[in-house]
Amino acid sequence: MAEITLSHLKHSYLPDPKGPEDYALKEIDVTWRDGGAYALLGPSGCGKSTLLNIISGLLTPSEGRVLFGSEDVTTLPPDRRNIAQVFQFPVIYDTMTVRQNLAFPLRNRGVDEGTIAKRVGEIAEMLDVTDMLDVRAAGLSPDNKQKISMGRGLVRDDVNAVMFDEPLTVIDPHLKWVLRSKLKELHQRVKATMIYVTHDQTEALTFADEVVVMQDGEVVQIGTPVELFERPQHTFVGHFIGSPGMNVLPCEARGDRAVFEGHDVALEGAVIGNGGDVALGVRPEHVRVAEAGIPATVTKVSDVGRHFVVEAQVGASSLKAVLEEAPPEKGSAVHLAFQPEKTRVYRDGWIATEARS
Amino acid sequence: MKTVNQRAWFFVLPVLFLVAFNALVPMMTVVNYSVQETFGNNKFFWQGLDWFEQILRSERFQAALGRQFLFTGIILAIEVPLGIIIALSMPRKGFWVPVCLVLMALPMLIPWNVVGAMWNIFALPKIGMLGYFMNDVLGVNYDMTQDPLAAWITVVVMDVWHWTSLVVLLCYAGLVSIPDAYYQAAKIDGASPWAVFRYIQLPKMKTVLTIAILLRFMDSFNIYTEPFVLTGGGPGNSTTLLSIDLVKIALGQFDLGPAAAMSLIYFAITLLVSWVFYTLMTKDDQQ
Repeated sequence: MAEITLSHLKHSYLPDPKGPEDYALKEIDVTWRDGGAYALLGPSGCGKSTLLNIISGLLTPSEGRVLFGSEDVTTLPPDRRNIAQVFQFPVIYDTMTVRQNLAFPLRNRGVDEGTIAKRVGEIAEMLDVTDMLDVRAAGLSPDNKQKISMGRGLVRDDVNAVMFDEPLTVIDPHLKWVLRSKLKELHQRVKATMIYVTHDQTEALTFADEVVVMQDGEVVQIGTPVELFERPQHTFVGHFIGSPGMNVLPCEARGDRAVFEGHDVALEGAVIGNGGDVALGVRPEHVRVAEAGIPATVTKVSDVGRHFVVEAQVGASSLKAVLEEAPPEKGSAVHLAFQPEKTRVYRDGWIATEARS
Repeated sequence: MKTVNQRAWFFVLPVLFLVAFNALVPMMTVVNYSVQETFGNNKFFWQGLDWFEQILRSERFQAALGRQFLFTGIILAIEVPLGIIIALSMPRKGFWVPVCLVLMALPMLIPWNVVGAMWNIFALPKIGMLGYFMNDVLGVNYDMTQDPLAAWITVVVMDVWHWTSLVVLLCYAGLVSIPDAYYQAAKIDGASPWAVFRYIQLPKMKTVLTIAILLRFMDSFNIYTEPFVLTGGGPGNSTTLLSIDLVKIALGQFDLGPAAAMSLIYFAITLLVSWVFYTLMTKDDQQ
């Protein structure tokens, strides 16, 4: 077990990358503590699988280093890194029984039969598959197959990290939840570092202590689920996380205030920098209907069960608000207020207001 | 309630006629011949099962059957492993894939009698390139028209050249359908190349391999044209396989009764072996 350090890591699939657009993975520099649960979150093609394959050793990065503890493993093959990986589609050895599947990584490493039997027994019990140990693995349901491929990773007691590459893609919705809590439980029991790649924000936010949000090969924010929600560093994070995503509105910045559709809006702090494309970011949860404020017309009201999502028109812009109480009727004229400590200005996508101390 | 409607039979009739005329009627004619004796003039005499008994007891038939099994056994023992090895070493992507596929398909595109004729000329001493090379360059005594061993080797090599591609192409199709994740998982699990073959590639190829072996068994067991053109069954009777012997009896000696009986026995053996083989190969899947 070890801390994982990715030092100035970059990767391009082209032999001779010219500009930043040739890189599938732009510079990433991060340290993950031993035993943590991390998630890589981003849309398809954002480079998260590339990053995962670099960590597992299936891919050698073009630039930068991968460190497990103090050991440089950048050029080591996967079998010498002591990592485990669970793939999108369950990989099991069809001709073997569940027991043989679980024992396979240990047999390949010449572990003695006594230890194998003991470890396989423990893992099977942990995964609740003890009763199917002697069944041919080919006949199992997808969720059980995925459990077995997880088990093959966990059966070795020397794993540095277990990596999950969108492991719940082929699992039925009602079993996803079961498997996800199983994963969480396993993490607490085996204490291995776990890295979970997904494009599903719910999976990432419920699984991980810390989430790495990626877009176009670039890390846009690393933070706890609360940080990602409360203070997105980039409009992409604001939009990608949350349902509905953050309102991104056109505005002009003036000192510690912003002007939106001719109305003065208070911000969390002073605006930093000059020029670029400026936008106002505020989450629907932080917009409320008030006595006074920005005049708006309600264009749509949806009841999503726990709360109401109200769409309103202010001048040429439309924005959303999440309301707990009974919403105004469609077509009515209301006033909207933004919570100042949750309202920020973004310049060229990146946050451009000073944080409140 | 279900209405009983016999009109559906009309839709089946065309197929029935087709099958009747190209399989059932010729087959029944053979059955008819196999229990009768004729001396020409379209006169037939009832013979019962005598022909069957005579064929099964004849040393000539037993020898031809033995040669046939030997030939098929050798063919399968060479072509199946060789085909798998070639398929494994073929590239999975890139420019060379179509090149390899076309090269592999070429021998199969050549008509059977042309293959026989080609190899005949190729292997003849003095005339053919192979014959000349073996005798006059290497100094090995090689003459398939005189030496039974040389004739056997030539027939086997010719068949390997002609049909290994079939095994290769089928196995290759099985191999390319294996997702990358399997190889990556095997790498992470520390599997040796042999373990990758044994636990990933072979199981994934099993279905196509079963078909390949079945096809190669049936084709090689019924083989006629190529050895007939190449050696004509000689020297002596050394390469007279079952089908060659059958044609000799039926058309050479015009013994229709024994030839018909032999055809039926031949057919039954092919069917039986194919069935037993298929049952054994797919037995696992039913568990």
